[in-house]
Amino acid sequence: MIPISYYLILSTIIFTLSIAGIFINRKNILVLLMSLELMFLSVNFNLITLGNYLGDLTGQVFVFFVLTVVAAESAIGLALLIVLFRNKKSIDVDDLSELKG
Amino acid sequence: MNIELITFIIFSSLLIFTSIKVITSSNPVLSAINLVFSFFLSAVLWLLLGAEFLSIILILVYVGAVMVLFLFVVMMLDINIAKKNAAYIKYLPLGIGIFIVFNILIILFFINTFENINYNAISSINIISESNTENLGFVLFTDYILEFEIAGLILLLGILSAIILTYRKNPNNKYQDPARQIDVRKKDRLKVIKGLKE
Repeated sequence: MIPISYYLILSTIIFTLSIAGIFINRKNILVLLMSLELMFLSVNFNLITLGNYLGDLTGQVFVFFVLTVVAAESAIGLALLIVLFRNKKSIDVDDLSELKG
Repeated sequence: MNIELITFIIFSSLLIFTSIKVITSSNPVLSAINLVFSFFLSAVLWLLLGAEFLSIILILVYVGAVMVLFLFVVMMLDINIAKKNAAYIKYLPLGIGIFIVFNILIILFFINTFENINYNAISSINIISESNTENLGFVLFTDYILEFEIAGLILLLGILSAIILTYRKNPNNKYQDPARQIDVRKKDRLKVIKGLKE
């Protein structure tokens, strides 16, 4: 039996790595979306781990719903990204500042 | 050191390594492929946790659909591969600092919290058989049926918004408009010219 803390620490490490990825990859929205996927993965890890150790199946049901929401989210995000690239020829976060002020 | 712990250590260290590769590689294609690897590794770890259905779903849906979508977008966009530019160097210390600080805080919290947990507190509420898939389906179609249908609506919303956002009408396309075809009258097309004999 693996202690529950190991899984939680693993998911914490992945989550903080994806936060660091969001900070590092300012030039590329695509990699930023991938960091978001990693973040969802670590959250799913937490839900499955705690559901397994509490003997409750609700955690896995929630992971199921998170998976569907993430699939819709990544489809919409990538569509927005394509529209953005069509209009601005760039996917840099710094090029998005359109408001004057 | 039992076999379960050895498996966990190998796959989790590989998972951390591929996650680091996802956020640090300069080529988005390499990032996407490393993300695929990390999904595979976490599917193995979910198998260890007893979530067989979700680990298969992770491979089929995530690697099969979402990551292929990512790869398609990477190939559609004509991105010049970004160099390790000034912004990367500028934000790298901030990223590493946030990584270390958050890790220390959360791991210190986790390390002693779950020592005395009562594993059987609410165990075996929804268990109807030995199979994980059967149990999950039972819970999903009875207690969470409304949420299940809402999830279907969310997927429909994803399809619709992705199509509406990226669709653009090409003015060069030749296409038929049935309404206008039906609407044609005789006097629009036929012009009787009189007095042509002269």
